[in-house]
Amino acid sequence: MSQVGLATAAPVVRVSQGRRLRRRFLRRPMAVIGLVLVAAFVLLALVGPLVSGDPLAQDFGARLAPPSAHHLLGTDDLGRDVFARIAHGARVSLLAGVASTALAVVVGVPIGLGAGYFRGWLDSAIMRLNDVLLAFPFLIFAVGLAAILGASLRNVVLALAIAQLPSVIRITRGEALVLRDQDFVSGAVADGARPITIMFRYLLPNSLNALIVQATVAIPGAIIGEAALSFLGLGVQPPTPSWGVMLTTAQQFLAQAPQLAIFPGLMIALATLGFNLLGDGLRDVLDPRSH
Amino acid sequence: MSLLEVEDLRVTFTTEDGPVLAVKRMSFALESGEILALVGESGCGKSVTAMSIPRLLPTSGVEIEGAVRLGGRDLTALAERDLEALRGKEISVVFQEPMTSLNPAYTVGRQIVEVLRRHERLNSRKALDRAVELLELVGIPDARRRCDSYPHQLSGGMRQRVMIAIGVACNPKVLIADEPTTALDVTIQAGVLEVIANLRDTLGTAVVLITHDLGVVAKVADRVVVMYAGRSVEEAPVDSLFAAPQHPYTMGLIDALPSSALLRGTRRLEEIPGMVPPPTSDPDECEFAARCPRASARCTSARPALKVSEAEHRVACYHPGRKEVGRVS
Repeated sequence: MSQVGLATAAPVVRVSQGRRLRRRFLRRPMAVIGLVLVAAFVLLALVGPLVSGDPLAQDFGARLAPPSAHHLLGTDDLGRDVFARIAHGARVSLLAGVASTALAVVVGVPIGLGAGYFRGWLDSAIMRLNDVLLAFPFLIFAVGLAAILGASLRNVVLALAIAQLPSVIRITRGEALVLRDQDFVSGAVADGARPITIMFRYLLPNSLNALIVQATVAIPGAIIGEAALSFLGLGVQPPTPSWGVMLTTAQQFLAQAPQLAIFPGLMIALATLGFNLLGDGLRDVLDPRSH
Repeated sequence: MSLLEVEDLRVTFTTEDGPVLAVKRMSFALESGEILALVGESGCGKSVTAMSIPRLLPTSGVEIEGAVRLGGRDLTALAERDLEALRGKEISVVFQEPMTSLNPAYTVGRQIVEVLRRHERLNSRKALDRAVELLELVGIPDARRRCDSYPHQLSGGMRQRVMIAIGVACNPKVLIADEPTTALDVTIQAGVLEVIANLRDTLGTAVVLITHDLGVVAKVADRVVVMYAGRSVEEAPVDSLFAAPQHPYTMGLIDALPSSALLRGTRRLEEIPGMVPPPTSDPDECEFAARCPRASARCTSARPALKVSEAEHRVACYHPGRKEVGRVS
């Protein structure tokens, strides 16, 4: 027996897959820039509010003040520190972007896996409904939902999650559809695996790359969505600082204090650019099929 | 009573071009600890026959008739839940394609552990110890370290050994091996076959070995069922089949086997003329008649039944036996 084994023994390949992926990622300057931007954004959201001071404290002596040593990015029309508001707004943005995407993934992935694995009438029903929802542009859909749900941070997250759901379902189903016909899935059935086991231990782990890429691309969409909803008054309500709310206020003072619009606008642009570059980089590294 | 009995099995696929009669009428029995080879050309229905035993065929567009009994229990009457409990535990399958049959997301150790936990309710540590034992059993050196390997880190032969280890993890009564060596290098095939034969000896696992390679049959099988066009045409112990094949089709298969005489240039490779008939009809005739050197009027007027020709040797032919027909070497 051992004789037989020796004839076919190959040395164990000990190339760390993680290290190889990291090297491939680091060779893409755009992806690295994206990662740096995202890291800076997350850092700002986590640490910023701790050092920035109170975003609601008013300094009546310095309204619409330009950037200075005392107020790093100046103050708004009520004398509130813009940097403090940007930092607290980053927290709202990050929460809305990540929480809504996470919620959409948690709800959408099982639905997509089920539809793709079981096929049949269930799949048809889910996917036709999904197609209808996909026909609405993301922002319009989110605006409609937010209008129905009412304006609050929780409802913004909910609306953005529901608006993201159709694309999460579609992508997961697509992956499940391809994977269900693979030999290792037939093998799992032959070993007595239940459908639930096949969905979560065979289909899900093997679609993870595509889902990570999808999530990274979905987060900036949700960040813009939060800003847009708040800008329209359907999201986070003043005086809570949010980049969208800040833009709304800035509108009235564009001539006197353009920095009030520039700073939050720049933040939205940089944060979404960061996630998009990171997403593209991850796609190149993790999901080479998508080219 | 045999361990596994397949009786009057018929499998019909519904397609857009009409029904496809993949298996027209198959009956055979598998004894405990026996290696039974199911032999035939591509499309003769051997894989479909085997896959219908643990009912692994698609559920829609397929009609399965007849009985499949494991230890007297009719599997065709079981609910899906009971089949799930049976698959991998009492009947296991090893597929042809080792390169794609393992879950790429998990280490091989974890995949064996998964089956053990599913059917045997072992805790992780015991399951891992058992996984190492199993890998040793199928001849994988340095088994404990290999448990941490991902499928892509292993060669085809190694992966097929892992597949077999998963297959026998729960000590099944029946192992169905569907062309287990076809995708492997010839140099690796012998090792994998030896593993299968060893498992029968050490664990007493009965094996249904599906192959089109008579060399494989001669090496490990105890008994052979030769299939043609969805039916068995000859059934015999392996020695008797090779020493005195009765059906002209079996003779054709044996003559089509490359031999050393061929390499020395003293014999040309024989082939069976013609093609397998399309599986769309079930005429009352010998379906091999069109390709058969011995065919007579009788062959196309009624189908020959499978009859005992000598001890344990059964054949479905009106003109059986190794009579001189000019092409038998």
